[in-house]
Amino acid sequence: MYSQLRRIALAAAAVAAGTIAVYSANAADAPKSIRIGYVISLSGINAQGAATTTLPGYDLWVKDVNAKGGIMVKEFGKRIPIEVVAKYDDTSSAETMLRLEEKLMSQDKVDFVLPPWSTGFNLAAAPIFAKYGYPHLAVTANANDEEALVKQFPTLFFFLNQPMHFGAALIEVLNKYKAEGKLNNKIAMLSVGDQFGAEFAAGFGAGLKAAGYEIVLQKSYPLGAADLTNEIKEAKASGADTFIAASYPPDTFMLTGTAITQGYNPKIFYTAVGTAFAEYGANFKDKVNGVLGIGGWDPKVPGAEDYAKRQKEATGHAPDGWASPVTYASLQILEQAIEKAGTLDRKKVLDTIANGGPWNTIVGSVDLKTHIREHQWGVGQWQNGSFVGVSPSSMPNAQPVIFPKPQW
Amino acid sequence: MSVIEVILGGVILGGLYALVAIGFNLQYGMARIVNLAYGEFLMTAAFAAFWMFTLARINPIAGMLLSVPVTFGANWIVYRFLMTPLVRRARTRDQLEGETILATFGLLFVLRGAATLAFTANNRFYDYLGSPVHIFGFTFAANRVLAFALACVFCGAIWFVLKFTRFGATMRALAIDPVGAQLVGVDTRRLSALAFAGGGALVAAAGTLVSTFLTFNPAVGIEFTMKALVVVIMGGIGNVGGSLAAGILLGVAEALCSYFVDSGLTLAVAYALFLVVLVVRPRGLFGTP
Repeated sequence: MYSQLRRIALAAAAVAAGTIAVYSANAADAPKSIRIGYVISLSGINAQGAATTTLPGYDLWVKDVNAKGGIMVKEFGKRIPIEVVAKYDDTSSAETMLRLEEKLMSQDKVDFVLPPWSTGFNLAAAPIFAKYGYPHLAVTANANDEEALVKQFPTLFFFLNQPMHFGAALIEVLNKYKAEGKLNNKIAMLSVGDQFGAEFAAGFGAGLKAAGYEIVLQKSYPLGAADLTNEIKEAKASGADTFIAASYPPDTFMLTGTAITQGYNPKIFYTAVGTAFAEYGANFKDKVNGVLGIGGWDPKVPGAEDYAKRQKEATGHAPDGWASPVTYASLQILEQAIEKAGTLDRKKVLDTIANGGPWNTIVGSVDLKTHIREHQWGVGQWQNGSFVGVSPSSMPNAQPVIFPKPQW
Repeated sequence: MSVIEVILGGVILGGLYALVAIGFNLQYGMARIVNLAYGEFLMTAAFAAFWMFTLARINPIAGMLLSVPVTFGANWIVYRFLMTPLVRRARTRDQLEGETILATFGLLFVLRGAATLAFTANNRFYDYLGSPVHIFGFTFAANRVLAFALACVFCGAIWFVLKFTRFGATMRALAIDPVGAQLVGVDTRRLSALAFAGGGALVAAAGTLVSTFLTFNPAVGIEFTMKALVVVIMGGIGNVGGSLAAGILLGVAEALCSYFVDSGLTLAVAYALFLVVLVVRPRGLFGTP
């Protein structure tokens, strides 16, 4: 009896405390911080991707904003600092990630949630962001049906190209040299044996065939393959001028290293994820001058080089030339949208992100009216120690392609 | 390219598999510990080589002079303080296997977590001895050939010691019948600790060589443990020559599959081969019944 009474009393006290808290917030007292939370893979198979592309950007942005005293929120008439109140590890498990996202939004009730890492995780989390009305700036995600997805989930924004656009950007490069008679129409194509590799190989393959290319070698290899020497030798023997690999970072490094060892010098050497990593250039140095890869960036955009320098100083890791700057840019958009909306009200901020643009970022001007970032780099190339955007050529400041790839 | 070149490539790849498996074989075959944290020691050695190379420009091969003794000591400590209580209370070999699997499974997470904290989850890669060497007119990477050569040297040396020295004889006695060995005056506890630590020293060498041509991060360990387990069981537990043969068999099978069918199916072929061996010769190709 006594314990039951005590429980009731405690509950009453808790309710009272809660009421007081609500009242004080209503009185338009500025909160002491903008509460941010995120769920990301700190361990498990996805951890290296998150550590390379996403986490350094989150850390740097928080540091940068707080160095300015926070984000100016008109509603409260002052700058409010950011506080990362929750940083959960999903252990690379989608179920865990979903559970923790729910917790962030329903229990921790943070003001804004930064997205998880990878296409799969972002698409899985999209319904939760939509259910709780949190803006979902899904940077490390792409899909072939982005238009349908943003209609289905009104809180979702895409920042990276759809896979078919990457293919189109590469084919633009190939077509130019094929038309000039400098490149034969034979392609050697390898792909990693998972969904990414399969989708890219299918998307690239269809586009290449439609453009009149002949794929003379097409093979997949398992994720985590220990040796790709034979694959490179076969590509070398295939007579193709163009080598395309839908690869992940470990195999991107291995394919490049093996091609150097084997003296394989196709006129076009293209590898996918990982080519844009700063470590790639740091390891192979000037040998990879002329290597093409997925992504690209323009260091001439105001603030871009400064960002790269600060990220290296703050986190010890130079950003890659593709998704890292976009991660930071997406947070710049969130920051600018909060300032423009003048409130922490998520609905208003969401509306401002979509309709308040175009936004000035370190990857150039970004407009999110369609919830999809249009016009972006599809192909980059290592040129004198920097991975710069080369295609589509309609992008501002697209660099001329180094062709053919110089000998290793 | 010719089939001979493909097979030669497979042999060299097989040398890598054997190299990774030898230490596991010593730990499992002699000390009777199924060390699931084996790959984590390999990963740690790879990181050691990486840091020495990138920070101090220390040649990875020279760096082994440091990392091999350190891993030997670390594994000796693991055996002495973590495994000995389990060995003492285990009544049967099966019970010991079950308990060491659980204990080393825990150790796996401790090591991986510590490495993730200390080194971050980033992929690491560095370029060392990627230069081409020519064998029978075919081109291979020097670092891979070196891994193959060292696998052969290690196997040969261990085989020689086991076969022709008194120490090797006591080691074989320990592997075949620990109780009997104790009865004839073999200090099984000391010898087991030595075998376990020796396996650890070999994995450090393997990790160093692997790091010169494979990308790695704190999570890669388990893949190597699985590979080592497959090779050791295929070749016969306790038989180092068997590990070399099984490793090469796997490498050649994978190379042929990738050449004639598709590289995407190499894993399937490797495990199919493993299953066939298990069905036909449950004690492995060279295992003693």
